Amino acid sequence: MKKKIVNNLSQLGPLIGLIIIVIILGFTSDSFFTLNNILNLLRQISINALIAFGMTFVILTGGIDLSVGSILAFGSALTAGMLSSGMDPMLAVFIGLLAGLLMGAVNGLIITKGKVAPFIATLATMTIFRGATLVYTEGRPITGLSDSFSFEMIGKGYVFGIPFPVILMLIAFAVLFFVLRNTIFGRQVYSVGGNEEASILSGIRADRVKIWVYSITGMLSVLAGIILTSRLNSAQPTAGTMYELDAIAAVVLGGTSLTGGRGWLTGTLIGALIIGVLDNGLNLLNVSSFYQQIVKGSVILLAVLLDRRSK
Amino acid sequence: MAEQNLVEMRNIDKSFSGNHVLQKVDFSVKPGEVHALMGENGAGKSTLIKVLTGIHPRDGGTITMTGNKEVDFSHPKEAEKHGIVVIHQELNIIPHLTVTENMFLGKELSIGKTGILRKREMQKQTLESLKRLGVENIPPNATAGSLSVGKQQMIDIARAISTNAEMIIMDEPTAALTDREITSLFKVIESLRKQGVSIVYISHRMEEIFQICDRITVLRDGRSVGTEQIRDTSFESVVKMMVGRELGERFPERSNVIGDTLLEVKDLARDEWFEGINFQVKEGEILGVAGLMGAGRTEIVETIFGAARKTKGQVVLKGRPIDVTHPRDAIRAGIGFITEDRKDEGLVLNLSIRENVALPNLKAVSNKGWVSNTREKDLVDDLIKKLHVRTTGREQEVKSLSGGNQQKVVIAKWLGIQPRLLILDEPTRGVDVGAKKEIYHIINQLTEQGVAIIMVSSELPEILGVSDRIMVIHEGRMAKIFDRGEADQEKIMHAATGGE
Repeated sequence: MKKKIVNNLSQLGPLIGLIIIVIILGFTSDSFFTLNNILNLLRQISINALIAFGMTFVILTGGIDLSVGSILAFGSALTAGMLSSGMDPMLAVFIGLLAGLLMGAVNGLIITKGKVAPFIATLATMTIFRGATLVYTEGRPITGLSDSFSFEMIGKGYVFGIPFPVILMLIAFAVLFFVLRNTIFGRQVYSVGGNEEASILSGIRADRVKIWVYSITGMLSVLAGIILTSRLNSAQPTAGTMYELDAIAAVVLGGTSLTGGRGWLTGTLIGALIIGVLDNGLNLLNVSSFYQQIVKGSVILLAVLLDRRSK
Repeated sequence: MAEQNLVEMRNIDKSFSGNHVLQKVDFSVKPGEVHALMGENGAGKSTLIKVLTGIHPRDGGTITMTGNKEVDFSHPKEAEKHGIVVIHQELNIIPHLTVTENMFLGKELSIGKTGILRKREMQKQTLESLKRLGVENIPPNATAGSLSVGKQQMIDIARAISTNAEMIIMDEPTAALTDREITSLFKVIESLRKQGVSIVYISHRMEEIFQICDRITVLRDGRSVGTEQIRDTSFESVVKMMVGRELGERFPERSNVIGDTLLEVKDLARDEWFEGINFQVKEGEILGVAGLMGAGRTEIVETIFGAARKTKGQVVLKGRPIDVTHPRDAIRAGIGFITEDRKDEGLVLNLSIRENVALPNLKAVSNKGWVSNTREKDLVDDLIKKLHVRTTGREQEVKSLSGGNQQKVVIAKWLGIQPRLLILDEPTRGVDVGAKKEIYHIINQLTEQGVAIIMVSSELPEILGVSDRIMVIHEGRMAKIFDRGEADQEKIMHAATGGE
């Protein structure tokens, strides 16, 4: 009983941190607590949050995915290319997402069948996918996308006053939350990360579980990329560079253990919010972008140190 | 009159968050004696040792050493300075360093304060320590990880005596050793005793205690039950001291009815591990698998379960050949496998009892991929009750359970699939006598329901006491199959060591 309360308290840590940051920003900036700013902020974090949700699955299995930014770029470029050649927008989006799923599956196959450490495997595919993007785009942004209403809706639209990307993020969160908590697959993600050997001996096809988590992450990365493309009305070959770091930071800030087997998706959402709120708040306070990085890094370090001490 | 004690612990009290784990415990060790410390899991043995070596501060009581000098260590390093060293079950060896580097870890000899290592001198001293133990066949410049567990343990012991230890505490030292290694460990213990070093020997293996110890102290529920001379006591009375009641027969009465043939293994082989394995198990029958460590017993059962690929042969279940390429296939066919290493292979330690028990049963408690909470809880609660797992509830992390209870959780996992064949690999290793008996009881119940059992064990009394038939493996081949009553320890050892 006692242990359960303590456990819940340590899970509350990230939330308390978020609230503190929000309160500080509320006092120091007049424009922080405006509806406009809040909605804008949520729309900004939706991209990182989507990638970080996938990253949570990967990290829960004890892996890491450094290639998310490159997958995002390739998927965006591919989708944009199809759009500019006049393909039906929904079909283009579907093929883009499928490409993301496949790129993730490639990661998963290299890691499981090739028995390459996730860090190395995705470091290599990060470079390969980025290179493929540059080849495909010839190093130039793809512009002149379709003026289809539905494609513009993805990044720029609103439903009941809420930005569409935020709605996509919330749907993804809800689905993945239940997958992780209430499905066989979710249970297998935790157990493979907690003890792969014991999981295999309990009849779980650990390789398959891993291939799936990378595939899901690849697809979510491209979804994030499509939102970005829709908002900018163009696909940049360098899009998504370094996004893996914000995604990993969100997962870690949320309290998921990098050694696998322990963590939760809600924490990742909070982690993504912390990073987003910091970015937004520091901008509002006119802090130079040079200093912003120092502050962001320090907050991540502080959060992890506090987490260590509470254990 | 009486010989003076090397270490004397009196009235030791210790509690963790209101929970009394040690109450007025007395424990004393004479110079040059081998003193067994016994008790069921959770009786307080490890806590007592941790209090002695300064890992836990004590709440009450005194610790004195030779000459009535009161001591109060606050760190194991201090205890080490006073000559008390603990050899843990998890050896303190860095595998890719050499024997010498391990020996001098943290106390390397250097030229003055330059930090330049005096390698030759360290090598020489290492060799001396190994000689003192009579294990000079261990090369000082070998990589520690390339040596057998038994030899690695010798490095740990050599390191202890090189610090002039007067008392060495060994925690389950034989758990991972082969029979031959155990024999040489006992020789080392004997020679240490002659050199006046005291040994505190913690083990669940009764035979060993009676073989090498001079005195025995038994703890139960955090209290000392008593200290006896080994020669004045007996197996039964030690067990009684430990559990506080008569356990009755060590192995429960059997009342199984043996049915039709369930499993047939034909000419099974796997790479260099084993070949030509042929045997059958019938419904309700217990087949014991004996053999020396490394003979290939675990490898054979692993292969039947699909955790490793066979290179040749056939496995037939109920007349139907089955193709098992992944444990999943075996589980579907109704085969369960209780592995020898429950921490690395049996359990996901940071998950709850519920999640662990559910692992091989996820399909059964779900609907189209969605886990049904109620069905899962019902299954888990039912099994916890059936197996008498002592726990605060199904949400308890398995990490915090005692060895015996962890093993019951592993068994619960596999009872969930309602197996037709259950393979047990060293099912009672590191489990106390009370829990051991419960496990035998569960095995019996299963056979009464017609479940076939294959049990691999290194404890001969267990093999003899439980099995209907005994298969002996020697260097990857079948040496012999005995019927119950036909075998005794000597015959099995004879076959296991390659005798005709």
